[in-house]
Amino acid sequence: MSGLLGALVLVPLGGAVLASLLPARAAAVTGLTAAATAATAALATVLVATTGTLDLELAGWGAPLGIDLRADGLSATLLLLTAAVGAVVTAYAAGPRAARGQEPFWPLWLLLWAGLNAVYVSGDLFNTYVALELLGLAAVALVAQGGRDSLAPALRYLFVAVLGSLAYLLGVALVFAETGTLDIAIAADSLDSGTSAVVALGAMTVGLALKTALFPLHAWLPPAHSAAPAAVSALLSALVVKASFYVLVRLWFTVYRAEAATLTQALGVLGAAAVVWGGVQALRQQRLKRVVAYSTVAQVGYLFLIFPLAAPGVDAGAGTAAAATAVAGWTGALAVAVAHGLAKSAMFLTAGTLAAAHGTDQLDRLRGAASRMPMSGMAFALAAITLAGLPPTLGFVGKWQLLQASLGSGQWWWVPVLLGGGLLTIAYTARAMKATFRDQADDDEEPPELRPVLRRLQVAPLGLALAALLLGLTAVPLVDLTLVGSPWGGS
Amino acid sequence: MTGVETVASPIPVLMLLTSLVPGVVIFFLREEQVRTRTVLNLGGALAKVALVVALIPPVLAGTELEWRAPLLPGIDLVLRAEPFSLLFVGLSALLWLVTTIYAIGYLEGKPHRSRFFGFFSLCVTATVGIALSGNLVTFLIFYEVLTLATFPLVAHNGTRQALAGARVYLAYTLGGGVVLLLGVAWLTWLVGPVEFTDGGTEELARLAAEQPAVALWVFALLIAGLGVKAAIVPLHSWLPLAMIAPAPVSALLHAVAVVKAGVFGIVRVIHQTYGVETADALGVLGPLAVLAALTIVYGSVLALRQDDIKRRLAFSTVSQVSYITLGASVLGVVSTAGGIVHLVHQGLMKITLFFCAGILAEALGVTKVSRLAGVGRRLPLTSAAFTIAAFGMIGLPPVAGFVSKWQLGLGGLDAGQPWVVLILLISSVLNAAYFLPAVYALWFRPAEGAKWHTEPHRQRRTFEAPPSLVFPAVAAAGFALLAGLLAGLPYSPLEMARFIAERSYSSL
Repeated sequence: MSGLLGALVLVPLGGAVLASLLPARAAAVTGLTAAATAATAALATVLVATTGTLDLELAGWGAPLGIDLRADGLSATLLLLTAAVGAVVTAYAAGPRAARGQEPFWPLWLLLWAGLNAVYVSGDLFNTYVALELLGLAAVALVAQGGRDSLAPALRYLFVAVLGSLAYLLGVALVFAETGTLDIAIAADSLDSGTSAVVALGAMTVGLALKTALFPLHAWLPPAHSAAPAAVSALLSALVVKASFYVLVRLWFTVYRAEAATLTQALGVLGAAAVVWGGVQALRQQRLKRVVAYSTVAQVGYLFLIFPLAAPGVDAGAGTAAAATAVAGWTGALAVAVAHGLAKSAMFLTAGTLAAAHGTDQLDRLRGAASRMPMSGMAFALAAITLAGLPPTLGFVGKWQLLQASLGSGQWWWVPVLLGGGLLTIAYTARAMKATFRDQADDDEEPPELRPVLRRLQVAPLGLALAALLLGLTAVPLVDLTLVGSPWGGS
Repeated sequence: MTGVETVASPIPVLMLLTSLVPGVVIFFLREEQVRTRTVLNLGGALAKVALVVALIPPVLAGTELEWRAPLLPGIDLVLRAEPFSLLFVGLSALLWLVTTIYAIGYLEGKPHRSRFFGFFSLCVTATVGIALSGNLVTFLIFYEVLTLATFPLVAHNGTRQALAGARVYLAYTLGGGVVLLLGVAWLTWLVGPVEFTDGGTEELARLAAEQPAVALWVFALLIAGLGVKAAIVPLHSWLPLAMIAPAPVSALLHAVAVVKAGVFGIVRVIHQTYGVETADALGVLGPLAVLAALTIVYGSVLALRQDDIKRRLAFSTVSQVSYITLGASVLGVVSTAGGIVHLVHQGLMKITLFFCAGILAEALGVTKVSRLAGVGRRLPLTSAAFTIAAFGMIGLPPVAGFVSKWQLGLGGLDAGQPWVVLILLISSVLNAAYFLPAVYALWFRPAEGAKWHTEPHRQRRTFEAPPSLVFPAVAAAGFALLAGLLAGLPYSPLEMARFIAERSYSSL
């Protein structure tokens, strides 16, 4: 059954080729491919949840030589998120042209999907590099679909993507030179904590943090994510930043040594700074898509709390308090990652819908949107509640677990970040929503005329936002899934 | 208490669904589907009342219904029908029914009704969830949902003023929610998930014995978080601003939903989490009682200075709701029962008053106390309902408010704290000072020169005002009167409150 892992990459890759060969049928090809890929991901997830980590050795060679594909709970969680968001975004993008930009959208999107899945199932450092490169190039090309105004941000994004990959590749080369293997688990055992190991890990971390837009390496993200067409923005914010984050987690949790405790604190501090800085910037934006883009900068910050909260407990024995704390940190950050993926794609798609109806996403021109397009208003509000970590959403589950981990490990200094960050999220989303609210009485001015939009542009984002809500009430299976094959998990 | 058995049952969830399902369906109805919407609203409300009525006898006889499902790792979502939760659910179910009828009449011909009734139902769902919560985490979840569901109701009119009021409301309640979250998260980390237990939980007793300072801090966080919604001074400023909401919303907010969620939580924390004994040993009850007493007097003094009817009522709520906190924090069965019964009594009386204020504004355009002169002849039923409720607030027999105050006063003497009686007397004098002039003006001042304005769609020839507005007000006033008259009968609010209070002390 582990042939599934190959299919996760090959199906969207084949779909991409087919879609570029048959431009007239590209949407249909993408639809079918998306359905097949999503179904495969769902199946793989079920297998991981029931039978444990999946392993596939291509060409029969073992880990040090051949291509090794692997999927544990962490991989499965992100594969599933990608499938869910990917399927809905595909449906959304099949709407009007403006939702997806120029025509090469379809093959590029499938290429991106193949890249994402490849990152999540790669078992060694070099395959991961190839997957990241594929992903980065597809993402840059997608941003450029936004037309003339998106070219400059796309170029900047290309620069960042290449720089990040190079830094990562430098680290990989150093590891290979030192240990003679590209398998991260094997390398971790033979790697001592000498200078080259530190430089290697440092280079990889900086490269990946750049791709994940961790503060202060985030400046490229808001222009790139807000210049792209709606469907692309959703994919980039919800999924693409998660891929490099995934690699960082994989890396750190495999090679972690007690001496690195200070470094995990440093990553956490940068994350906390991102929460504050992203939130404050989001408060100051005049365009809806910029608000949502800066919100991604802030939300990415929460994810980095996984390092100080979970990494130090990586070797703790099962059943100890340290392990329980680490588990709370791990599951909390990953719940936030999933919640953010669902909510952020819902938000960007909604922003696209509102922009399509109003001809602009300037906040002061969206007056009355909440009552004239209630489904979009509802989707945005639910997504905002999720991002703010309010119950009963999945965002709350994540925040609760992170709080438990902070209190449990005595790292109380993350508590104000978690609590204050939620309030900041409410502040900037409420400000955006308030602009869409004012509809009666004391405004003499007639509200702007609406262009009709397809129903699916309103329904699709609402579906994603509702998923984040419902997962909050049934989070335990997801939490268990993230632990499969983890340092504390089952098989 | 002996003879209590807990039975797993889906009925507690059913009680949530009776308002959740109609609420969700209503969101998707078109504006003009009035009949479908009305059927859904009333059907859900009636079903909930029927469920409560059916449950009260078995639950008081000792069969408690419980439903649980895993929510977070190691923590269950627990919904439990036990006496205290049923008392609150009963109040919400009854008043939701009445308020729904009122709201249908009130919003006739106004825009965005599907949105309104959708959130209205969600708001009641959250309140019932709060009532049925069997542990602190479940409580916290519904507490936050309530904040979110009421915000669009407060902002409903969409005017600049409404949005400003709603924003203050949101800032206060979310701020309180964060403090409560911190308290609950800290406590959960310290002792694990805490299930509400009569007389307090063992975990808390142990924590208070081992780390009294920590237990004190957690208590302070929990009460501060709850105190925002309970409008304890100095956390009360949102309440008078939130009265910008449509009248049925104010009625619900002040009588059942928001402020009640706050005090209900305070009672849960004192009596069923810490336990009175532990809380007393920590020395937290005295300061809380003093704070409640200050709020009672301060709210009344401010109410005295308001000319706007709804603002006067809002400050009166600030004052009256703290009776419940006062009762809960003075040691002794009698006092606790007084606090708990006021949860019901204040709801009945205050909802009547807000209904009347809404009728005055809609039927005559009267929103100021100074313009009430002669209204009694024009709106006799409404004025009668207002008078009954106002007398109850002052504490005149035989209206329900008298029973509460009597019980609270006795409780104060019982506990050897006669200052409680003094506070009650001061408060009653102030209550009289701000309600009696209004009542006098209604009935005895001539209506000469009054400029009444009736909107065309509110004009009726046969009746003083639309019956769907007047009847709920009269019914609520009737309930307030009956709760006072029949306080000695089985299943009366007072009897239930005594029963609940006794369980809280029986383990001592």
